[in-house]
Parts: sequence; C-alpha cells; structure tokens
Amino acid sequence: MAETKEMKKVLFGPLLDNNPIALQVLGVCSALAITTKLETALVMGLALTTVTAFSNLFISLIRKQIPSSVRIIIQMTIIASLVIVVDQILKAYSYEISKQLSVFVGLIITNCIVMGRAEAYAMKSPPFMSFLDGIGNGLGYSLVLIIIGTIKELAGFGTLLGFEILPLVQNGGWYQGNGLLILPFSSFFLIAGLIWVIRTIRPAQVEPKG
Amino acid sequence: MSAKKETLGKTLGVVVAVCLVCSIIVSGSAVGLRSLQETNAKLDQQSNIIEAAGLVEVAAGDIAGAYDKYVEERFIDLSTGEYVEVAKDFDMYKAAKQDKYSVKVENSNVGFQYRSSVANVFLVKDDAGQVTRIILPVHGSGLWDMMYGYLALDVDGNTVRELVYYKQKETPGLGGEIQNPSWKKQWDGKKLFNDGEVAIQVKKNADSSSDYVVDALSGATLTSNGVQNTLNYWLGDNGYGPFLKNQTWKS
Repeated sequence: MAETKEMKKVLFGPLLDNNPIALQVLGVCSALAITTKLETALVMGLALTTVTAFSNLFISLIRKQIPSSVRIIIQMTIIASLVIVVDQILKAYSYEISKQLSVFVGLIITNCIVMGRAEAYAMKSPPFMSFLDGIGNGLGYSLVLIIIGTIKELAGFGTLLGFEILPLVQNGGWYQGNGLLILPFSSFFLIAGLIWVIRTIRPAQVEPKG
Repeated sequence: MSAKKETLGKTLGVVVAVCLVCSIIVSGSAVGLRSLQETNAKLDQQSNIIEAAGLVEVAAGDIAGAYDKYVEERFIDLSTGEYVEVAKDFDMYKAAKQDKYSVKVENSNVGFQYRSSVANVFLVKDDAGQVTRIILPVHGSGLWDMMYGYLALDVDGNTVRELVYYKQKETPGLGGEIQNPSWKKQWDGKKLFNDGEVAIQVKKNADSSSDYVVDALSGATLTSNGVQNTLNYWLGDNGYGPFLKNQTWKS
C-alpha cells in the first residue's frame, strides 16, 4: 500500500505540487517558443515525456555502474541518443509537425528537466520508480505547455487544434486576433500568471523572503 | 559512490560501452527510418504542387497518385526558356550554390545573390494530356527570411491561378497571412503582363477589380513588398521571362 502511495506521489506530484516549470522554473525556453499552437505543444510534451521517462529508466538501470567522475557525460550521451531517435521518428511519421518544432526537439537535449531528473532522481532510485518519475515530470511540463498553448492559440488565432472557435476578422468573422499572444515572449506573462495562480492555491510554494 | 568504481579501466570501459550502445541505436534508427523520411519530404513538396495545381479535391488524399498522373516536372534554361536535360533529382535551390549552375543576381532587390541557371518547372496536364497549368517555383526575401512559393499560371502564361507560399517565417498574424486562404484567393484570375511588361502590383487599399492589382496585406508592408520584388524578378528577363514569352510548353 505504501508502495502505491509512493508511486502516486512520484507520478502525479509534478503536475501541481512540484511542477517542473511552475515551481522549479526549468525548461522555460522551449515552453516559450513552441506553444503558439496547441498541436505543437502536445507533440512537444509527448516528446519530452518520452525522453525523460526512458532516459530516467536507462540511467537508473546502469546507475550502479556509472563512475561518478563521468556521470554527467554518460547521462548526456544517453539523453542525446534518445532525443535523436525521437527526432528521427517524428520526421518519419509526423513530418508536418517536425517541421514546426524544428530545432526544439533537438534542444530537448539541453532541457534542464531531463538532465535535472536524471541527476536528482534516476541516479539514486530503482528503474521502475525512475521511469514513473520521468513520466510524471514530463506530464507536469506538458500540462503547462497545454494550458499556455490553449490560451495562445485561442486568443491569437481563434482556433483550437486548427478548428475555428472564434471566427477571425480576416476570414469574415468578428474576432480580432491578439497579435501579442502569437509572439513567443508573451508566454512569459502566461507562465508568470500560472505560477501566481498555483502559488495562491498552494502558499507553501512561495519562496521565503531572503 | 564507492571508491572501487573509480578505477581508470572501469571508467573507460563504461564510457566505451555506453557510447557503443548509443551509437548503434542512433545509427540504426537513422538508417532504418531514412526511406520513410525521404518519402515524407517528397510528399510534402508534392502536396504543395498539387495545391498550386488546384487538384486538392481531385487528389482526394492520394497526393502521390495524383502527382504522378497529372504533374510533369521539366527543367528549363532560364536564359533561353528552352527545355534542358539534367539529372532527375536536380534541385534549383541546391544548384544555385554549385559553380556549374550558379548565376549572379544583379540589379534586383529580390534578396538573394545567386540563382541557378536551370529551373524546375511543373506542367499540370488534364486526362487527355493537354497542359492546363504551369507551376513556377519562386522565392524572394520577405521581412524576416526567404519566402518560398509556387506560382501557378494558366496556359496563356499570363493569368495567375494560385500563389502558394510553402516556406516562410513572416510574423504570424501579419506577414504570415500570405498563407491565409482568403488572401490567396485574390490571385485567382489576375494578369501578370501588360504589353509584355510585368504589370502585376501588390498595393495598399487597391481597387481589387483591376486585373493587375492585388490588395497588400494590412500591417505587413515589407512582406507585401517582398512578394512584389519576388514577382518582379522571377517574371522579368532574368527569371522566367524568356520561358513565358516563348511559351515553350506549347511546342
């Protein structure tokens, strides 16, 4: 029973209580750039979740063999290989989206969430729990991306997943798209707003004043 | 983190083993998926051409089939407008950088320095094999980056049917509207030449009933200018001018 509780905590904790973007403020750069449309946000979330889960799994499997002097390089090698594989698969099966995501799939390699979880969790925990931890953190990241992607696509283009919700003026409707929300940096405002909301609900996350 | 893990031999061994396994996985996936990726890239280009050809509905999802059936790719020498034979996988954008084909672009604000002397053109045919449309690849710089598109013309070499941009990095919502269907629709039926001179204009607050004028994108003057410069260059004597005057496709 304690085991299931622990598993739940590892899997769902990162969604709200310990969200990698909102609490740890990791992986923000990709969250800024590829949330203009909900579809790209979904695929990016999926790609990152896969990479984090499997890099955690593999690193945890060989964690007892990794010499600590070169552990970061070994983690990077594993993560980079996984990212390349994901990138190749996207190019083969989802060409349109891989064009839109362009460099950002490659940049998962340097995404602090993957590296951070490998170093902080997978190096010390058994494989299955590490795998769950990777999925959990990937989901936490995806959740933020999905929320921001939804707001940006709806307000900026009047669509969701490409379906028209608010007809745009350009297409003879009534809705004037919000140009600011289409631009990548507007995610700063949205992420900040999200952090505000979460910390209002969970005051424990507020950092103590130094 | 015990000390016994830290011998040099073991460290090297682990590093080599990890690298070996990873490289096998990476090269395996790259080689295994390459043919699928190439098919995808080709299909992507074909679907843009099918759109410019106005055959999206005819194709009904079978892009490759419709492309094989109705589209013929030919190569032309831009200076004479005549057909030439080159390697089957010739790409005018790659050839622009090769000494053999590279031609310097002068006296133009189209935004690139070199172009290929040979161009890919696409002839769209109907069921009887008659040419119904000519598709010309065009590119030129917009506000932020090069914009690539296909210009589809009627057999008279003068009437526009489509201008499909497939690769651009203009500001979404402003210049990016060059991909908006309602803007693209304006091009249908416009005339390019008046007495042999390039007459098509992308103008603000234009009288869109004129055959030679397309309303510019609001809030995207530089993108609209880019489209104008692109057309001026490619329709002129240094671009497809000789090809369009010869009407090579009719011979």
